[in-house]
Amino acid sequence: MKSSVRKEHKAEFLQGNIACAEGAIVAGCKFFAGYPITPASEIAHHMSKRMFEKDGTFIQTEDEIAAIANIIGASWGGVKSMTATSGPGISLMLENIGLAVVTETPCVIVNVQRGGPSTGSPTIAFQGDMLQPKFGSHGEYQIIALAPSSPQEMFDFTIIAFNKAEKYRVPVFILADALVGHMRERVDFPFEDEIILDERKKLETYQGIHQKIFLDENVAPMPIFGKGLKANITGSTHKEDGFRNVSDPQIMDNAIRKLSNKILKHKDDIIIVEEKYLEDAEVAIFSYGLVYRAVLETVNTARSEGLKVGSFRPITVWPFPQEQIEELSKKVKTIVVCENNLGQMYPFVKAAANGNAKVIFLPPKILGALYKQEEILNKIKEVI
Amino acid sequence: MKNTVEHPLKKYFRGEINYTTCPGCGNGIISQSILRAIDELNISFDQFAFVSGIGCSGWIPSPYFNTDILHVTHGRSVAFATGLKLAAPQLKVIICAGDGDTSAIGGNHFIHAARRNIDLTVICVNNEIFGMTGGQVAPTTPYSSKTTTTPYGSIERPFDLSNLSIAAGATFVARWTTYQARSLKNSIKKAIEHKGFSFIEVISQCPVQYGKVVGMRNDSVSMLMHYKECSVNIRKAKNMSEDELKDKIIVGDLVEKKNVPELTDEIKRLRREAKRK
Amino acid sequence: MIQINKDACKGCGICIAMCPVKILEFSNDLNKQGVHFPEVTDEAKCTKCENCMIYCPDFAMVVIKNEK
Repeated sequence: MKSSVRKEHKAEFLQGNIACAEGAIVAGCKFFAGYPITPASEIAHHMSKRMFEKDGTFIQTEDEIAAIANIIGASWGGVKSMTATSGPGISLMLENIGLAVVTETPCVIVNVQRGGPSTGSPTIAFQGDMLQPKFGSHGEYQIIALAPSSPQEMFDFTIIAFNKAEKYRVPVFILADALVGHMRERVDFPFEDEIILDERKKLETYQGIHQKIFLDENVAPMPIFGKGLKANITGSTHKEDGFRNVSDPQIMDNAIRKLSNKILKHKDDIIIVEEKYLEDAEVAIFSYGLVYRAVLETVNTARSEGLKVGSFRPITVWPFPQEQIEELSKKVKTIVVCENNLGQMYPFVKAAANGNAKVIFLPPKILGALYKQEEILNKIKEVI
Repeated sequence: MKNTVEHPLKKYFRGEINYTTCPGCGNGIISQSILRAIDELNISFDQFAFVSGIGCSGWIPSPYFNTDILHVTHGRSVAFATGLKLAAPQLKVIICAGDGDTSAIGGNHFIHAARRNIDLTVICVNNEIFGMTGGQVAPTTPYSSKTTTTPYGSIERPFDLSNLSIAAGATFVARWTTYQARSLKNSIKKAIEHKGFSFIEVISQCPVQYGKVVGMRNDSVSMLMHYKECSVNIRKAKNMSEDELKDKIIVGDLVEKKNVPELTDEIKRLRREAKRK
Repeated sequence: MIQINKDACKGCGICIAMCPVKILEFSNDLNKQGVHFPEVTDEAKCTKCENCMIYCPDFAMVVIKNEK
């Protein structure tokens, strides 16, 4: 399905949050529910205007728990839906995020990360919530998460997020941060024929009491409400037909394994990474989100000084690009992990490298502040 | 004698009617009232969607009713239902939730939905206790009740859920007990047809957990007869003093407001206005 | 006629209490659930008020109105 965008080339100077909202609109989002929170509120402000222009719905909910509940309900009502918040909001949403996962509900959740924990520093960019979507809700589950590094990527990755959510019937996260959300840069809008949108596989006719609407590793068709499909949807452990069964361990095993495989077996389609200058690199820098901008600058500088260094950036941070890191670790001597926290993705990189390469963690000198080139350059020179 | 005739409400079930409720639980009576209301309205079941919460009452529609059902997390059914209704306003969305689900963990969503006057019908099964989890005190449990978490007697005053919903802005409010199953059915019909937030509070017997609290353990008949004794119709209650109404249950259609802007209509209006600019 | 699905009955006794003409009584036998179920004592007195059907939490009672 093609999205409807302008025929002439359009570029605007946009704040990251606004670019994210506009990307959602291009992707066909027709429902936004959110609660005010710094530094994400601009997404809500923008959607409160644009959703009605696009025959959609905007609701400012009473809290973040209502926001995630609303977007799940709306998704079952048949529309693409989204919410945007920051760390404290995701914390509140976690229970229902689990419900979205087990009910296989497509939806997009934007986290414009800020200083934490708790109330923290609402306007300071931080990468402190990287594990939250994947491990924050109770139970064993898979989700998809993308980390944009610019307003352009806020726009582009939000479209990818909607597509993956639809294709895999799963909540997809955009893990931005306060700076990416608030900075302003040029955003190029795609031409009409450049965008392909994915739509959820829909159940067309009622197939009987035991219709297969869940737990298909290749994604079961979704029984949208209001079409006479008699959908049976529950957050309790259930079988393929939706009927709850909480006593048979085999059924619980299926419920976890098949649901996880729905994502893990399609890693090739889901995981997006960006590699630069890695062909002959001795050192690779692993980074994502805004930190990647500093890393890329540094790698360019290092190369101009003749240092054989390259950059590995996961655009998809979940599922974690394990195989890609393992391949990388066989090519380079050292992987330096740069992230704006005390090492959240670092242990995963180290585990995936499996001893093939040395993995070192280099936080910014001041957590929450931007890396300076020298910090990264000095580390490169130290390990190369 | 063989059972040759199907129950008139069997057609609304996915399979056999097989509620696993305790003997004498009010849930089944409420289920009959809901389905009989829909049957008498002669609206296709496919036009309905049920959202239910966690607790015994959540099992009234789920998984039994043969239409779209959404069984969600504790306290949140109103919030899920709001999103569903906004995205698919043609659906008639009915929520079945208990008093704990509605007014403890779900209190915030409840009062805001009432304030928004979104076209939903909440059927709140009020058994004055947290039944499923073992008889803990609920926001509706009478003062001084001894429950599993108030062994010395409850020190909190209970909510009057109907009054709470009225104060929050609900535009159709009715309260009945399971003793008045036919009146309950009639109010449910009105609620379904009412365009706006409808709140139906049903005082319903939990013979195992609440029966224990009031000395009527496993005695649903006594609990029903108690409801009969204590019920006072609103028409009569209006002329009674506070003293006379002590320990009474005021039943009836308590509020019916028309011409209050309903949320899905307002959304449509905003879309028209946004496109005009 | 009152059709009673005796094995669906959980023995709560509500139908017996709600019958205005008191023609339902507990059986001597037990059903598959191990409880006494209702039996009609005097079919002729039934007014077809449908109370037993409406108040049964387990949908075990059907009042058949048009009999051949």
